[in-house]
Amino acid sequence: MISIETKRQLTLPLAIAMALLSITGCHKKSAPLQPQNANAPAATTTAPTATITADPLVIELGQSVVLNWRTTDATAVSIDGIGQVNVNGTQTVSPSNSTNFHLVARGDGGTTDANVRVTVRVGTVPTAPAGTGGDGDMGSDAEFHANVQDVFFDYDSFDVRPDAQASVEAAARYLNAHPATKVTVGGYCDERGSAEYNLTLGENRANAAKTALVSAGVAATRVRTISYGKERQFCSEEDESCYQQNRRAQFQLDR
Amino acid sequence: MKFRLSLARKGAKFVAGCVTAFVLSAPAAKSQDWFHLETNRGDSDRIRIAVADFKASSADPKTAPYKRTFDATLFNDLSNAGIFDMVSKAMNPQSMPGFQAELSIAQWSGAPGNASMVAFGNLTVQDNRLVVNGFLDDTHNTQFPQIFAKQYNEDGSDDSARQIAHRFADEIISRLGGGIPGIAETKIYYVKIGDGGKEIWEMDYDGANQHAITHLGSISLSPRVSPDNSRLAFSSLTHEGFEIKMYSLLLGRQVNFAGAGGTNVSPAWAPDGQHVAYSSSRGGDPDIWVSNADGSAAHKITSFRGPDVSPVWNPRTGAQIAWISGRSGLPQLYIMDADGSGVQRLTDGGYATSPSWSPNGQFVTFAWDRKYGPGAPGGQDIYVMEIASKKWIQLTHDGGRCDFPSWSPDGRHIVFANSPDGRGAHTRIMTMNADGSNKRALTSSGGDMPNWSWR
Repeated sequence: MISIETKRQLTLPLAIAMALLSITGCHKKSAPLQPQNANAPAATTTAPTATITADPLVIELGQSVVLNWRTTDATAVSIDGIGQVNVNGTQTVSPSNSTNFHLVARGDGGTTDANVRVTVRVGTVPTAPAGTGGDGDMGSDAEFHANVQDVFFDYDSFDVRPDAQASVEAAARYLNAHPATKVTVGGYCDERGSAEYNLTLGENRANAAKTALVSAGVAATRVRTISYGKERQFCSEEDESCYQQNRRAQFQLDR
Repeated sequence: MKFRLSLARKGAKFVAGCVTAFVLSAPAAKSQDWFHLETNRGDSDRIRIAVADFKASSADPKTAPYKRTFDATLFNDLSNAGIFDMVSKAMNPQSMPGFQAELSIAQWSGAPGNASMVAFGNLTVQDNRLVVNGFLDDTHNTQFPQIFAKQYNEDGSDDSARQIAHRFADEIISRLGGGIPGIAETKIYYVKIGDGGKEIWEMDYDGANQHAITHLGSISLSPRVSPDNSRLAFSSLTHEGFEIKMYSLLLGRQVNFAGAGGTNVSPAWAPDGQHVAYSSSRGGDPDIWVSNADGSAAHKITSFRGPDVSPVWNPRTGAQIAWISGRSGLPQLYIMDADGSGVQRLTDGGYATSPSWSPNGQFVTFAWDRKYGPGAPGGQDIYVMEIASKKWIQLTHDGGRCDFPSWSPDGRHIVFANSPDGRGAHTRIMTMNADGSNKRALTSSGGDMPNWSWR
């Protein structure tokens, strides 16, 4: 949902810009100057030159970049994804992903390319993106999982580790911003140990995660626990990294 | 009468491993006052018994296959009983006695068989009925050798041939085994691991006749059959989590068991058949609860932070419950009175799970990893502890991961789950004598959590 939201915000200004640009481009093409240029015998053999720059070259998701290009001896200039543009110009863009802006300058003397790459960093996402609210919408799974992250446990322990506190608080913030959301907490254990004992240990883990959410202000009635013990596993390798994957409290939307 | 086996006499190879650990765990105990399991006699004072192939007394083509099943089942049952010194069938005389008059006692009591007892008889198929006459003779009593004679008359089938052999074997075991009923007719309930989940299955005590009881398409665990074999309690994963389920073996369907929130697992029957104990987290923390057999009148008998699970009643008195608690860290074995008072811890460390109380109330068998932790030596094995003294012996060694021991109703056998390589999917069900001897697999991979019926 986050990427879709952001794209929607991006596409509108881009579309307007492209529309404007193409209009001006067309206007230039049909200008009476063009035939005169074409008739100038000295200029016909000179190849076009082109440069394009972006400022800044690296942005966070949602920020914008100013593209600046200069060409000489070009009759038609286009940028992939934007379309026909002036032979010299600037354009503000806000790409959702890292993008190569590819400029092609065509002139009577040939064709020249220029490139600039804008890197988009996807950092921490906003805890309460605009557009969702407490109107009964539980939000998407992707949005939920991006904000409400699973809690992992030490061996034979059901204490929420200090390093999980931050993610529990982020989860509580998200849940408090989305009061219609209901949560199922699944308790899981690694494959060592006995099945019956692990079911109760998983219950304790799910409960510990629930208690952490409740302490952070989430209503207890919105959170349901289920222990899966070691009956369901996220991975099956016999090593500590897999065991750690399986010692968790998993949050899911309770639809 | 009790069969006493001094385990110290049982041979160095078995004792060697135990003694070291035993001395470490119970420094107060003296090595000579080893406890006696109600199990096998020593090899020297077992009764030597010969089993004749039964005589086919009809020309019906089904006679031969039924007789094969019957002969094999009878010999296995007596051999599995663990109280007999079996005469190899290769040493039997050439003659095949079908009736008392056809038995020449001297042929059986003399070399090479030297049998003290002879079981023999005849088998007839008539009008699709299977009729078996079985006899047991004492070769030392040449004047009146016959101990008993039995006739069985059933609809003819391979299964009835096997069941008749079980009943005849149980009769012999009861007569010669101190009046303790044999287990040849008992059942074992277990979890069958399938592709889509886990279902509850049933089989005969010897691994024959394996078939499904539940078809829930979920994960069903911890089957426990009621003392009268009428109902099966187990735990099954629902939308709300694991719930206790009750299945009527008489009606062939699920019957009511009042649900509760939280995780509800590991049911156990009181010997009166009226009450069930199980682990429930309906109050937030997993504790041991006791309710009626329909789930009503549930009340909590433990109250301590941490997992409490796997209760089992003392089947002799019904007055005590053994269970597993993680209240002090790793899971340990505890006992308490049935009202929750008088808590005692029995294990002194490691990782202990899955207790089963012996039918005479004297012992508890459980799974124990005594040096639990990353890189620790040893593995999870089956142990037996005498409750009064807290002395224990180890029954399995280096055979892979063992769990879920369950005592047979005669106290002479323990069935358990074993995974040779430790992987859950490779778990199978094995049985052994209660002193750890005569281990053998009852199922292939995919069997777990066995529970032996009470009779």
